[in-house]
Amino acid sequence: MAAADSAVTFLTERHRWHWSEALPWIVAVGCFFVFPGYLAFGAQILIAILFALSLDLILGYAGIVTLGHAAFFGAGAYTAGLLAARLGWSEPLSCLVLGAVAAAALGFVSGWFLLRYAGLTLLMLTLAAAVLLSEFANAQADITGGFDGVTGIEMWPLFGVFNYDLYGHTNYVYALATLFAVFLAARRIVHSPFGQALIGIRENTNRMRAIGSPVHRRLVTVYTISAGMAGIAGALFAETNAFVTLDVLSFQRSAAVLVMLIFGGTGRLYGAFFGAAIYMLLEHNLAKLNPQFWEFGLGAALVLTVLFARRGLLGLVEDFGARFRSAPS
Amino acid sequence: MSGVALQTAGLCKSFGAIQVAVDIDFALESGARHALIGPNGAGKTSFVNLLTGALRPSAGRVMLHGEDVTALDQIARARRGIARTFQINQLFRGLSVLENVCLAVAERIGACGELWRPMGRQRAVIAEAMALLEEVRLAGDAAKPVKQLAYGRQRLVELAIALGQRPKVLLLDEPAAGVPSAESHIILDAVDRLPADIAVLMIEHDMALVFRFAKLVTVMVAGAVLTQGAPDEIAADPRVRAVYLGGAHV
Repeated sequence: MAAADSAVTFLTERHRWHWSEALPWIVAVGCFFVFPGYLAFGAQILIAILFALSLDLILGYAGIVTLGHAAFFGAGAYTAGLLAARLGWSEPLSCLVLGAVAAAALGFVSGWFLLRYAGLTLLMLTLAAAVLLSEFANAQADITGGFDGVTGIEMWPLFGVFNYDLYGHTNYVYALATLFAVFLAARRIVHSPFGQALIGIRENTNRMRAIGSPVHRRLVTVYTISAGMAGIAGALFAETNAFVTLDVLSFQRSAAVLVMLIFGGTGRLYGAFFGAAIYMLLEHNLAKLNPQFWEFGLGAALVLTVLFARRGLLGLVEDFGARFRSAPS
Repeated sequence: MSGVALQTAGLCKSFGAIQVAVDIDFALESGARHALIGPNGAGKTSFVNLLTGALRPSAGRVMLHGEDVTALDQIARARRGIARTFQINQLFRGLSVLENVCLAVAERIGACGELWRPMGRQRAVIAEAMALLEEVRLAGDAAKPVKQLAYGRQRLVELAIALGQRPKVLLLDEPAAGVPSAESHIILDAVDRLPADIAVLMIEHDMALVFRFAKLVTVMVAGAVLTQGAPDEIAADPRVRAVYLGGAHV
């Protein structure tokens, strides 16, 4: 029963690290030394990756479609921003944690209600919920600064030691370390039995109910975790940019993170790395080429991806890899 | 084990003016091999959905081993040992055959609440899933994506998932549907090997399968139970012949 043994081995070994998983981290560390002038931008890419990673957990694994994920990014950003600018608490790590807690709480409450729905209904409801939150933040101008946003965010040195330099050395390392920690947690979750159950829900919700899986509880759990991770990304954004505006809650941000994941490929964690990096680089360079029409370039890239790489760029890489391996025989 | 495994009393279900279940009193004995037959649209699948809790009855009760489970939803009833298979495959199509069955086993023993330790460490789950696949003669296909299997073999995965729930009551909705008749014996052989203490209710159109499998047959027409009896009694019943068998030779 060689086939049976290999099936078992595949399952028992799947969570082990593959050498190729080191590549994105080597690139990220390498960029620190190779592009010292671009580290501020680099930190923003890392934050986008973290945000896309949080979306992959619910979209790519559990099959939850959402156009309101910026709500959690924004909740984290405003929490960190307001703590620092209004309440005078500027310790960066605790602001990250509190941003995560606030976003996770929001995810838990909204998920409890919204995750009874699926598909297009859920898409519209998440969109509506995020718009409501954005309007709420706009209306509370006394606290949030409304359209002008929260300014004057000054964080204390990291660990009380590392100051923030103009070139973003500290922020880059800070963002990379945070991303790595969150990634480790996400990686454990997707390889756990819970993660398998999420994939089961994505593949066939109906059958999961029939085998007695508490589908709603599983979805609310992962939605809460994902919201917390998005909140960390938002808090990092607030801390590294030193300002928060309504833009963090915008529909554009929810849509952008979805596009990032489509670029990279869903349900594989590393898709977030490729997708977010490509999106940010395209946006950056297209805007330099033509400040008016940069969105056209992003749109074209999205159309090409959907037409020719439906499983994202990592899907393409996998297909080529498979062809390469089978070619010699 | 003896006694009644699953029972309904005065079970009714209507969608607006359409009655799909009319005052059904039904009992499934422990260890039963019971078939449910009836013409298309008789309400057989709706009846299974009422038993599993996928549908809520308009009136009446469902009892599992004497306990009233009418108020429990599908998930809670599944956890108490009611398993079903579907007329049209309901599989986790992107996953391997082994993973399909692992999910059912892992959910049954409550392993899926575990967020941190890898699935690969759940050796007991994987071993049990593998043993189930051997029972339905699918061990050689364990590593294959389930969507790559022929439809008849997918029907076996459908069955293996339900067995992964270690059910007390197993509801088979046309297990041989869509399987070429030359291969339907694969399904029935698997059904023959089911543990004797599981109460099995099978909806089936193929009379040859019904007569081979069932000790008891219930006939449904227009949402109501027409009659019930041993297979040869049912075959000889002129009312059954009129509404269902249509004079066909059996």
